[in-house]
Amino acid sequence: MRWLPVFKKEMRLYFGSPVAYVVFVFFLVISGWFFSQIFLFYSDASMRSFMQPQFGQNLNVIENVMRPLFTNMSVVLLFFIPMLTMRLFAEERKSGTFELLLTYPVRDGEVLAGKYLAALALYVVLLALTLLYPGLVAYFTRVEWGPILSGYLGLVLTGAVFLAVGVLVSSLTENQIVAGFGTFGILLAFWVVGWGAEFAGGSLRGVLQYLSIGDHLDGFTRGLIDTKDLVYYLTGVALALFLTLRSLESKRWRG
Amino acid sequence: MIQVDNLTKRYGPVTAIQDVSFNVDKGRIVGFLGPNGAGKSTTMKILSCFMPATGGTARVAGYDVFSQSLEVRQRIGYLPENAPLYPDLSVASYLDFVAEIKGVGRGERRGRVADVMERCFVTDMQNRLIGKLSKGYRQRVGLAQALLGDPEVLILDEPTIGLDPRQIAEIRSLIRSLAGQHTVILSTHILPEVSMVCDGIIIINHGRIVAQGTESELVQQVFPTARVEVRVARASGDVAEALRAVAGVVTVEPLASRDGAAGFVVESEHGRDVRGELVRLVTGRGWELQELHQVGMSLEEVFIRVVAGEQVAPDAVVLEEEAR
Repeated sequence: MRWLPVFKKEMRLYFGSPVAYVVFVFFLVISGWFFSQIFLFYSDASMRSFMQPQFGQNLNVIENVMRPLFTNMSVVLLFFIPMLTMRLFAEERKSGTFELLLTYPVRDGEVLAGKYLAALALYVVLLALTLLYPGLVAYFTRVEWGPILSGYLGLVLTGAVFLAVGVLVSSLTENQIVAGFGTFGILLAFWVVGWGAEFAGGSLRGVLQYLSIGDHLDGFTRGLIDTKDLVYYLTGVALALFLTLRSLESKRWRG
Repeated sequence: MIQVDNLTKRYGPVTAIQDVSFNVDKGRIVGFLGPNGAGKSTTMKILSCFMPATGGTARVAGYDVFSQSLEVRQRIGYLPENAPLYPDLSVASYLDFVAEIKGVGRGERRGRVADVMERCFVTDMQNRLIGKLSKGYRQRVGLAQALLGDPEVLILDEPTIGLDPRQIAEIRSLIRSLAGQHTVILSTHILPEVSMVCDGIIIINHGRIVAQGTESELVQQVFPTARVEVRVARASGDVAEALRAVAGVVTVEPLASRDGAAGFVVESEHGRDVRGELVRLVTGRGWELQELHQVGMSLEEVFIRVVAGEQVAPDAVVLEEEAR
């Protein structure tokens, strides 16, 4: 298994350069801002429910704090994930280090695995840092951890698809900016495609809804792990990585 | 150790190399010579399994570079042109990565990395980021990564480019010391380097091999006749005519006179040394012999003759004087 050296090298590059820190800082600042706003609004609502008990019946931290937070974070990820993946192949191709990498006794698949898992690991660390928010909620009130963990599972899977698409686009170009914007464009398209379902009829409606990334996250944030959604995410990752392998191979042939 | 048969590579409509064939025996150092764009790097990229050929076969250490690429890659060390490295890694951590990916075990990795850093003179830079190194140091780090894993075959694309004269000498003696255990194929356009370092020479031009062999074989092939430059002062009569009359002389061409001495290039029949005859002729007539030496035997002239024979624009021929 020669993917491990590639994985370690990518990790060294993420943490040896400002990339990881910049992404961490800004993601935490933005998601922290969302969290504080949502949480303040929620605590305000619970205060008022003392006065008017009928309002308190629908108050629930999962429904009113964690679900909006998960949805907001997944939107922010649309912007951040392309920045994690854009350099993975594009930079190496541009600087020529890819040529050297491919002459080491390592398979294309191992190179890809090392790079993808490094990006995924960095992303999981990033998500783990946001566990601070449910931790804070738990400090003030009683929470059910089940839906929170399933929400995080949903975010990990969503990120896994985003990262796989990012790796694919990065393998198609030598230009990091093209790789970044290309990934963002594709992800955004898959995000908004579900909106078209409202006006589409018949089978097209079902197809559009199924393709939409955001719709599949919804179940997870409610504590619902549906095989339909799992299959969606896992096939998304597998398809994107498979296409990446093909793209690497064709680059080799075209020289 | 390296067998190349009718190798051809096309990039779309452009043919980079055409029917290239050569063999390199184990333990030998072979120099690849050619003007820029002749196909040296393309050949090396195919040998190093970076890209497949369009036609023909290449075998390294008995394995086909296309169908048994992993086996080949386990046995080669490759230094691409301009030594592409990761600027954000330190020298030591980069070499550690290369050692690991080449399958050097965890226990011996440290020692091996220290060893190649020592041999390539980069030990004192091991904690610097590669991006902060000068070109010469980067080139040596590139060479160090090629040596890691103790490969049987080394493929070095312009290994001494960007180095200062002292470093060039050090790297050459390093490469020279590899002969015997390692088979080395290196490209360069510094001609004296080839004479100094290599056992065999392959000259490539416009994607085809135009000459190959040892230096003396090439000289024999390209200049089958021997040439002698003569300078004569205080001559009377027609010197050229007299020279031409010497037995074995084929042609006599006049050179510009210098310090009042007339100069000639005398070309003789192959394998016949006319220098003694020329001396006797000149002194016998009472002329003054200022100079007499053999010419046209250097690799440089072989190269120019061979490459120009293929109708190359003169500016495509890059000859670098060695600055020692």
